[in-house]
Amino acid sequence: MTSALFYDRLQFAVTVIFHYLFPQLTMGLAALIFYMKSRAYWTHDARYDEAAHFWTKIFALSFAFGVVTGIPMEFQFGMNWAKFSTFAGGVIGQTLAMEGVFAFFLESTFLGVLLFGKKKFGPFVQWMTTLMLFLGSWLSGLFILATNAWMQHPVAYAVDDDGAVQVTSLWGLLTNPWLVWQFTHTMTAAVVTGSFVMAAVGAYYLLSGIHIDQAKTFLRTGVVAAAIASFLLLFPTGHHAALQVFEHQPIKGAAFEGHFYTESGADLMIFGQPNMDTLTIDNPLVLPQMLSFIIHKHFDAEIKGLSDFPRKDWPDTMPLLYYTYHIMVGLGTMFIPLMLTAVVLLWRGRLFQARWMLWAIMLMAPFPYIATTAGWMTAELGRQPWLVYGLFRTADGNSPLVGSGNVLFSLLGFLGLYALLGLLFLFLFFETVSRGPSVTGGPRSSSEPTG
Amino acid sequence: MSIDMLWFVIVVMMFAVYAVLDGFDFGTGIIYMFVARTDEERQLVLKAIGPVWKGNEVWLVAGGGLLLLAFPKAFAAGFSGFYLALNLVLWFLIMRGLSIALRSHLRNPLWRTFWDAIFAAASFLLAAVFGVALGNIIRGVPLAPDGYFFAALWTTFTPGPIPGILDWFTVLVGVLAVAILAVHGANYLAIKTDAAVRSRASQIAEGGTWAVVLLAIIAIPAFLFVQPALQHRYDEHPVGLFLPLTAACALFTAWYCRRSRRDGAAFLSWSLFILGSLGSVAWGLFPNLLMATEDPSYSLTIYNSAASSYGLHVGLVWFGLGISLVIGYTIWVYVSFRGKVERVLFEAPYE
Repeated sequence: MTSALFYDRLQFAVTVIFHYLFPQLTMGLAALIFYMKSRAYWTHDARYDEAAHFWTKIFALSFAFGVVTGIPMEFQFGMNWAKFSTFAGGVIGQTLAMEGVFAFFLESTFLGVLLFGKKKFGPFVQWMTTLMLFLGSWLSGLFILATNAWMQHPVAYAVDDDGAVQVTSLWGLLTNPWLVWQFTHTMTAAVVTGSFVMAAVGAYYLLSGIHIDQAKTFLRTGVVAAAIASFLLLFPTGHHAALQVFEHQPIKGAAFEGHFYTESGADLMIFGQPNMDTLTIDNPLVLPQMLSFIIHKHFDAEIKGLSDFPRKDWPDTMPLLYYTYHIMVGLGTMFIPLMLTAVVLLWRGRLFQARWMLWAIMLMAPFPYIATTAGWMTAELGRQPWLVYGLFRTADGNSPLVGSGNVLFSLLGFLGLYALLGLLFLFLFFETVSRGPSVTGGPRSSSEPTG
Repeated sequence: MSIDMLWFVIVVMMFAVYAVLDGFDFGTGIIYMFVARTDEERQLVLKAIGPVWKGNEVWLVAGGGLLLLAFPKAFAAGFSGFYLALNLVLWFLIMRGLSIALRSHLRNPLWRTFWDAIFAAASFLLAAVFGVALGNIIRGVPLAPDGYFFAALWTTFTPGPIPGILDWFTVLVGVLAVAILAVHGANYLAIKTDAAVRSRASQIAEGGTWAVVLLAIIAIPAFLFVQPALQHRYDEHPVGLFLPLTAACALFTAWYCRRSRRDGAAFLSWSLFILGSLGSVAWGLFPNLLMATEDPSYSLTIYNSAASSYGLHVGLVWFGLGISLVIGYTIWVYVSFRGKVERVLFEAPYE
């Protein structure tokens, strides 16, 4: 428990989980802001311009935290995972560098333009700027996910004389079949986060009886986007992401379900606690034969169990993986009826009076964050004990000369700093929300443009 | 020129451009508390770097990514070896970024003073640490035969065979970096501001230029003493002397323009001075990426650290395309926001 490897893993987990709280909101909002700005530009609807303006403030706040917590991610590849970087730099260097050159430059530069160019540029340039922000943030997601997809499902590489891997086809790397469903699933989840937050702020304003006009715009946009995205999250993107796990990473798939023994007509586990001594599930609640049906469209199909594989190839945190998978799926499944109900109420013209629904929408805002975090833990814990699936073990990847004491030093530093950052973000988020969307004529225009 | 050499040039250029662009942001931070006294002046100064500092910072991240792409072993050895120093860099970068982004969120004067101090301190420390890092790269690091090392923060404060990150030489380079970037930031502010801020910035730039000249006179013999390979390299390939000569001419031009109050020319000359100085160091160290202090054969060079030929070639294709786009819209942004920063207060806030 006190080896450098353990702290290296813990530090990467802590920093990447904390980091990803911010990009999921910015990527989701980038799409919604672009939609609002387009609508304002083509229909000359000032309400949407004002809404886009307000959400750009939240976007900028989240972006600032995302950038400062993102730089440690790239650095840690070299700092804590030197042997992995030496091994895989010839492949992942391509996608990580492309992220910098094609995406990060784009979003950082145009965010500056959007924040400081309100008076300088006309509506067209402002609209185009939101397009660039959308492109930049989604391309950023694409290249980072291409890197992760390669670690989940390595393609387009050859091993050289030193034992390191080198890319053999950049096109193959970027069209990794794994990437298709991983990218669509992750981006849909980002839209879920963005739209849930947008709808929640709308619901908060409406319940409080303030900023009524803007609240309705936020709710309409947020609820419709959330309903569509929640549905797409489960099908087809989530379904196919799971199918490719069961096809290419059967151990991970079996661990998802707590499926210890190979059997035909496998049950879908709804609830229960994995027991690692007896290799069974305590207090099981199952849907009979549904796992076989979902994966193979056939109730009697065989699903491989964990005991068919050597224990050293099992994910080393199997129970945690089982729980994160179930939290992700459980929450994702709850989002759909919630948001479909909201859309039906909206369509019938009753959403804005349905206070119970507004309360539900407001209180659900944190849950996409939990679901997304659980989803990433599912993907990454399930990849263990491999750093590159089937090719390179995590235990071989950390820096040989960075001792456990030094990693603990930096881990404690990150923990302290990130606790402060988290509090700051929440404080400023609520401050911005309570200041409200009305820019002109507000009683309190308490912030001046600077930096 | 082989593909390895071309990638050496690309990586050096990325970090050199980073030093010039984010360098003036650091410089602005270093002199921030002296050059801007009132809240209005501080807003003005932050507005001068506001539209561009985020983009400037990306040159570091992209440079790191390209180093990993082209020379994975050097990336792995360097980043893990400088583990402690890079953690400091990360924490300072986090605080610097937050201070600029959050400072004007609230009107509360205590809030603003707090972030002002953080901005100034983080900028100063970043300039110093990056200078120290450059000093370490020049002096060399205790690379083992397997291509890794781990540098303590300090050992004996002398550049021996087992040096620490801090010794008298690297600290000297750190001080030099702070001085150079302080002048750089002052030159930038002289262009972007007016009235009291501009006159203070001009004074700092003028005095600072002299300080840089003095420090450089001390530092150049120290460079050659600590790393004799520099001398050999220039003796073998004297054509490279055009780089230090460019730096020297640019330094003189910057001093002259500063005196004759040509702000734009002074800033551009100073930028060229930074590029020329870093180029001179790169020429002197080539083909080494990380010099070993104990046995030169352990050094990581562009030849024993490079990725595959296919990776370097295909990388060159997309990099050429990508960086052209970046240069294009970066120039557009700088041109769009050219000139003095407008003093408009209490306009619609974004941040």
